[in-house]
Amino acid sequence: MGVIKALDGNAAIAHGVMRSKVQLVAAYPITPQTPIVETIASLIDKKEYEATYITAESEHSALSAIIGAASTGVRTFTASASHGLALMHELTGTCSASRLPAVMAVVSRAIPGPMALWCDHSDIMTQRDQGWIQLFAKSPQEALDFTMIAYRVSEDERVLTPTMVDIDGFYCSHLTERVDVPSEEEAEKFIGDFKVVNAHLDTDMPYAMNNLTSPGIFTEIKRSQDLGMRAASGVLDERFEEFGNVFGRRYSRIICDDVEDAETVVVCMGSMSGTAKHVVKQLRASGKKVGVCRIVAFRPFPSRELSGVLRGVRNVAVIDRVSAMGSFGPLYEEVLAAMNYGRIGANAYSFVAGLGGRDIWEQTIEDVIAKAEELGARGETCQAPIWIDLKEEKVVYNA
Amino acid sequence: MPELDLVSKGMTTCQGCAMELIARAALEVLGPKTITMTPPSCSAIITGNGDETGWGIPCVQTVLMSLPAFASGVSEALKIQGKNDVKVMGYAGDGGTFDIGFQALSGAIERGHKAIYICCNNEAYMNTGGQRSSATTIGATTKTTPTGKKEVSKNIDFMLLHTPLAYQATASVGDIRDFKRKVAKAAEKDGPCFIHVMSPCPSGWKYPTDQTIAIAKKAIRSGMWLLWERENGKITINRKPADFDAIPEYLHSQKRFSRLDDETTEKIIAEARTRYQTLLKLSELELN
Ligand SMILES: Cc1ncc(C[n+]2csc(CCOP(=O)(O)OP(=O)(O)O)c2C)c(N)n1
Ligand code: SF4
Ligand SMILES: [Mg+2]
Repeated sequence: MGVIKALDGNAAIAHGVMRSKVQLVAAYPITPQTPIVETIASLIDKKEYEATYITAESEHSALSAIIGAASTGVRTFTASASHGLALMHELTGTCSASRLPAVMAVVSRAIPGPMALWCDHSDIMTQRDQGWIQLFAKSPQEALDFTMIAYRVSEDERVLTPTMVDIDGFYCSHLTERVDVPSEEEAEKFIGDFKVVNAHLDTDMPYAMNNLTSPGIFTEIKRSQDLGMRAASGVLDERFEEFGNVFGRRYSRIICDDVEDAETVVVCMGSMSGTAKHVVKQLRASGKKVGVCRIVAFRPFPSRELSGVLRGVRNVAVIDRVSAMGSFGPLYEEVLAAMNYGRIGANAYSFVAGLGGRDIWEQTIEDVIAKAEELGARGETCQAPIWIDLKEEKVVYNA
Repeated sequence: MPELDLVSKGMTTCQGCAMELIARAALEVLGPKTITMTPPSCSAIITGNGDETGWGIPCVQTVLMSLPAFASGVSEALKIQGKNDVKVMGYAGDGGTFDIGFQALSGAIERGHKAIYICCNNEAYMNTGGQRSSATTIGATTKTTPTGKKEVSKNIDFMLLHTPLAYQATASVGDIRDFKRKVAKAAEKDGPCFIHVMSPCPSGWKYPTDQTIAIAKKAIRSGMWLLWERENGKITINRKPADFDAIPEYLHSQKRFSRLDDETTEKIIAEARTRYQTLLKLSELELN
């Protein structure tokens, strides 16, 4: 049986890393991710966990070391946020294109400027097209569970693609909750020792890795990466099911509440989904037909599943925790693509909220729903993102 | 000679390039149980293009900024796997070592990972067409210093004196036997090793392609390039410069110095003398 501990999101991830039998960790501290690396370092130091920890001198070097170690054939982990993730950007594509099944925790924090310490998704969204699976956890328990699931999915021969497990800075990283930490034996039922299946650096079988690649083959390599990523959808479903069978905690790539017969559905990710779910329950109690759909896997994006959920819905309110200045938020664009996939003709509105650590309250979600319903009733299209909770005005919509 | 040729014959480096020879010599010492990595640079030409590679050992292309960090990961992974007999060789240029990669180098040295870091110094960013680096000699013309570089070069060897390298050496393609001896020493160490090799470049330095070794030898003879090593807290000078007055001959053998004025030439000679004098004094000290 697992042990019940009071852990915050960061500590939960550290325990997930330990239970995933990660062999090598390389990282560099940055708020709000720092406690992950501190916890791992102290677990190793106290000999509760046997692993190699490289105290890199920058995030750029941390991910380089991870790629070096993963290329040599060991199970690896790193974590970062904001500036740190920006420094890693040069390497994230190398890691995925080399088909290395590394796992990284991203503790989302705004990417400056202006200088900021607090949560939004502007950091992780810079990585959306870098070829990493992206899972958004909303609670410490999920953070631990998704970390373990990530290794199984990334290392699957059909996938061989690294994963980012994202939690919201402070809202989840520093939120202490009851977390069921699997025992070593229990974890063993789900995740075994690392087995290298892909080309790697081995003197018994010399390979040249990450070579200069001509236009004659580059496209095919990217295509094969895309196929690996697409295969991750089915593999995620399998592993979520297996995980549920072993640990009793059930997840899926999208998690919906009250969407059956809903007229208006909120689509969102991360920690705000808890608030959205709560608001939707209350509005349902007062007779409103609203629902919420939370995207767990942003990459690969669950277009088919989402379009299935949105069939018959009148208004879709998408909340991005990032502004794509001059265009629409990344989640909104994905939702539109999913709607097109399923020929869903609902009204879809793009909302921007919760930037740089601005709290998303129940009222925020209520305002989002009210605005979507108001615009939907008039049959208006979405001509610009709708900003919520600005200082001057609660809802600003200037096309 | 080993039975296996670990660097393929017929590399696409320019005719007369020193880098291929240095790689070949290094692997003659290190042997097939070696993993190598190159950053973007002329050394990456050996790692290859498409499905072709010049190395007969596992090799990988890293990014320019962080080869030593990559090597840290490889080195620690090998330890985890119990492969203690496999050597890790970084093979980079001066730009990737002195400039953009310097932070990663200092980090990897400080952490003490076992790896041999070879810097092939051709005194410019040659792979991008020959722009100055902080290793370029003052007065040399490059694509970004068309009238000659105004600044003296960075003395990376002296900068690294105060880092916990298990072994530090300079070497030259002009003395392959000395270089191989140094590689062999590095191979014995259980920590980070740095070998800084002079690697003349006919394309960038603008001299006839059959003069690479001759020019490297001139640099050693004139004191433009010093051969020394640091081990167990002690600096050993391997060769005393024969004649500082031979520096102008070294300079005139390359068209990159064609715009050099007398004042800069004097400055280069004075600097070479001082460098040697400093090294002499350092060699008398206990550095640990
Ligand atoms: C981050 C980054 N910036 C710029 C480049 C372009 N670039 C490729 S090789 C190179 C110069 C390398 O010079 P050096 O290390 O001296 O090697 P050489 O080509 O002279 O052997 C540069 C600037 C790059 N690959 N990566
Ligand atoms: S440019 Fe210089 S260093 Fe590069 S391959 Fe040619 S000769 Fe060698
Ligand atoms: Mg160079």
